Amino acid sequence: MADAGMLRFHVPEPEVRPGGTPDFSNVPIPKAGSVPRPDIDVDPRTIRDYAFSIIRVLNRNGEAVGPWAGLLSSGELLAGLRHMMTLRTFDARMQMAQRQGKTSFYMQHLGEEAVACAFRKALAPGDMNFPTYRQAGLLIADGYPMVTMMNQIYSNEADPLKGRQLPIMYSSKEHGFFSISGNLATQYIQAVGWAMASAISNDSKIAAAWIGDGSTAESDFHSALVFASTYKAPVVLNVVNNQWAISTFQGIARGGSGTFAARGLGFGIPSLRVDGNDYLAVHAVAKWAAERARSNLGPTLVEYVTYRAGAHSSSDDPSAYRPKTESDAWPLGDPIVRLKNHLIQLGVWSDERHAQAEAEILDTVIAAQKEAESHGTLHAGGKPSTRDMFEGLYAEMPPHLRRQRQQAGV
Amino acid sequence: MPRRTMIEAIRDAMDVSMGRDDKVVVFGEDVGFFGGVFRCTQGLQAKYGKSRCFDAPINESGIVGSAIGMAAYGLKPCVEIQFADYMYPAYDQLTQEAARLRYRSNGDFTCPIVVRMPTGGGIFGGQTHSQSPEALFTHVSGLKTVVPSNPHDAKGLLIAAIEDPDPVIFLEPKRLYNGPFDGHHDRPVTPWSKHELGEVADGHYTVPLGKAAIRRPGSAVTVLAYGTMVYVAQAAVAETGIDAEIIDLRTLLPLDLDAIVASVKKTGRCVIVHEATLTSGFGAELSALVQENCFYHLEAPVARVAGWDTPYPHAQEWDYFPGPARVGRALLETMGA
Repeated sequence: MADAGMLRFHVPEPEVRPGGTPDFSNVPIPKAGSVPRPDIDVDPRTIRDYAFSIIRVLNRNGEAVGPWAGLLSSGELLAGLRHMMTLRTFDARMQMAQRQGKTSFYMQHLGEEAVACAFRKALAPGDMNFPTYRQAGLLIADGYPMVTMMNQIYSNEADPLKGRQLPIMYSSKEHGFFSISGNLATQYIQAVGWAMASAISNDSKIAAAWIGDGSTAESDFHSALVFASTYKAPVVLNVVNNQWAISTFQGIARGGSGTFAARGLGFGIPSLRVDGNDYLAVHAVAKWAAERARSNLGPTLVEYVTYRAGAHSSSDDPSAYRPKTESDAWPLGDPIVRLKNHLIQLGVWSDERHAQAEAEILDTVIAAQKEAESHGTLHAGGKPSTRDMFEGLYAEMPPHLRRQRQQAGV
Repeated sequence: MPRRTMIEAIRDAMDVSMGRDDKVVVFGEDVGFFGGVFRCTQGLQAKYGKSRCFDAPINESGIVGSAIGMAAYGLKPCVEIQFADYMYPAYDQLTQEAARLRYRSNGDFTCPIVVRMPTGGGIFGGQTHSQSPEALFTHVSGLKTVVPSNPHDAKGLLIAAIEDPDPVIFLEPKRLYNGPFDGHHDRPVTPWSKHELGEVADGHYTVPLGKAAIRRPGSAVTVLAYGTMVYVAQAAVAETGIDAEIIDLRTLLPLDLDAIVASVKKTGRCVIVHEATLTSGFGAELSALVQENCFYHLEAPVARVAGWDTPYPHAQEWDYFPGPARVGRALLETMGA
C-alpha cells in the first residue's frame, strides 16, 4: 500500500467572512416551475432527485409558473401577504421593545416569514405543530391574538404562561402550536409521537415537526426520522435551512455535500426541497406533504431553503461572523417583496395599497402593544405572582412544594 | 388470593390498565411480540394488538420523546427502558421535556407518561446492568419517582403511576423480579410464591404514590430503605437483634416525610440504606431532611449505607452491594454498640 502521508483534519468554512464580498454563485437555483409535481402516492424511490433540487413557483417577473402553481386564490394570497407583513412589523416592534428594556430577549423571523405563514394554511383544524422558536408565523397566520403573544414576551400579569417561560416560547393547544422548549430538536421526535398517537387512535389529524439547519445535527433529529420511517407516522418533517445556526454556517451541520432534504432519503422518506422565500411554493409543497400524511401515506421531509436575514437573537451581532450585506445578495430574495410583486402582477395589489397596508398593520401592532403594556412589561407594571412560580408543576402540589411556597411567604 | 412474581404483577398492572383505558399504550425495545427481555409485557401484544403494544427501535430518546408527543395528544404511554443504565440518551427528554411540559405551558399540555426501568444490582450485571440512578430523577422538579419492593406494591403502584396525570419514573429492582433477596447470595432464593407480599389481587387496585409502608415496626432505630434494600435491612435487623423500624419508602418523590419524621422522632436514630453510590445519592437528601426535622430527637448521627462511589463492578459484586453485614454494622454503630 502506498504511503498516504499524515492525516489532515477537515473543518468546513463558509465561503465568505466579514469584510468579504457575499457570493452565492455556487448555490444552484433551478428555474421556477421546472420541478414536476408528482401524485401524493408516488413511490418515494422515483423522486429521490427532488431532495437535490428546489421547488419554485414565482419567477423573476413575479409570475406563478409550473405544476405547483394555481392552488391559492388571490384573496388567500392577499391574506398571506398581510400575515407576513404583520409578522415582520411585530418583530420590529418587539425587537425595539427589547432594546428599550421592556423585555429581556427577542428573536426575529426576518426573511423567513413565508415558511411558517404559508405552511399554516396547508393544515386543518386540530393538526398540531411542534415549532421551534422561529415559527411565530404559525400563530399570526392562524389568528392567534398578538396581544397575547406580547403578554408572553413581556411576562406580564396577563401572560398565559404566568411568567415561567423565556420570551417567545409560546404555547397554544387551541391553535395547534405545541409548547416551545429551549432544548433544540426535542420537539422533532415528539411531533412524530403525536402523529403516531393520531394513527393509533384512528384519527384524521396530522402533526408537523419543525427544526432548523443547525439542529438537524442533534440526535433527536435522527430519532424522529427513524420513528417516522418505522411507523409511517402522519407527520410533515420540516427543516428550515436559513444557512446559519447562530454563528455557525450550515456546512458544519450538513458537511461538504448533499442537502438537508437528502438526509430523509436513507430512511425511505420522500424528501423535497422548496424555495422558502416563495409563499406559493411553500404552501404547495406543504399541502402536498400534508395530504400524503392525511392519506396514511406516511411522513415527508421538506427542506425550506431560505436565509436568516436578521441577527440570531437580540443577544447576537452577525457582523462578527458574516458580511453585513450578505442578506442582500441572497438569490431567493425577500418573501414579502416577491409575493407583493406577484400580486401587483396579478392586478390585485399596488405599491400604494401596499404602503397603506403597512401603515394599517403598524397601527394595529402598536395598538396591541399598548394594550399589552397596560398589563405590564418585564420590569414595570403588573406581573405574575410569586405564587405562580410554585403552581402548575404537578397536577396536584406535593407537600415539599407546599412547604417551600410557605417559606417563600406566598 | 393468587400469588404472583413481581414480573407477573407488573404485567398484570399493564394488562388491567390497558383493559380499562384504551388510551394506555405500551412500547419499548423487545416489548411487543417477544414480551420483553424480562417477560414483563408477555402476551400484551397478542391480547391488545400491535397498535397498543409494540416493539420500538433501539433509541431511548426516541422512545421517551415519542411518548411525550403521544401524551400531548391525549394517550397514556407506559414505556420501557430495557435497563435503567440505558436511560441516559433519554435524560434530555425526561428532564427538560416530560418534567416541565405542564409547568412551562401552564397546563396547556401535560405529560401523563410512565417510564419503566429495571434497576439495581446483585445480579452480576456489571457496570451497565446494575445501576440505581434514582437520585438523577429525584433531583428533577416535575418528575415522580417510584421504587416498589414486592409484587403487591408493584402492581398497585404501577396502576397508580399509569393513572397519575404527571410523568412517573418507575424503577423496578430486577433482583426482586422472581423473589425477595436479602443479600445472602450464598443461600437459595425464596420465590414470591412463598412470600405473603407475593399475594396480588386480581383486577384493579392501586397503592397510592407518596405513601411509605412500615415493613417492621420497632422502637430502637429507624431504617429508611427501598427496593432490594428493604430485605437486606430485614436480614440485618434479624441478625443483630436490634428492634429497628423498617420503612419502605416506595415513592421517593413525592416523599412520605410525615412517616419518616414520626418514626425517627419515636426512635431517635436513623440508618439510611440504598444501593446507589453514596455521594449526592438520595440518602443525602433523606439524611438532610431527618436532620432538619428531627434534630432535637436524634441521639446519634444519621448513618448511610450505600454503594461505594465507584462504577458498579463485576467480579467484586458482593464487596460492592451493601449486604446485611454492612447494614448490620451500621445499625450496631448507630445504637452505640
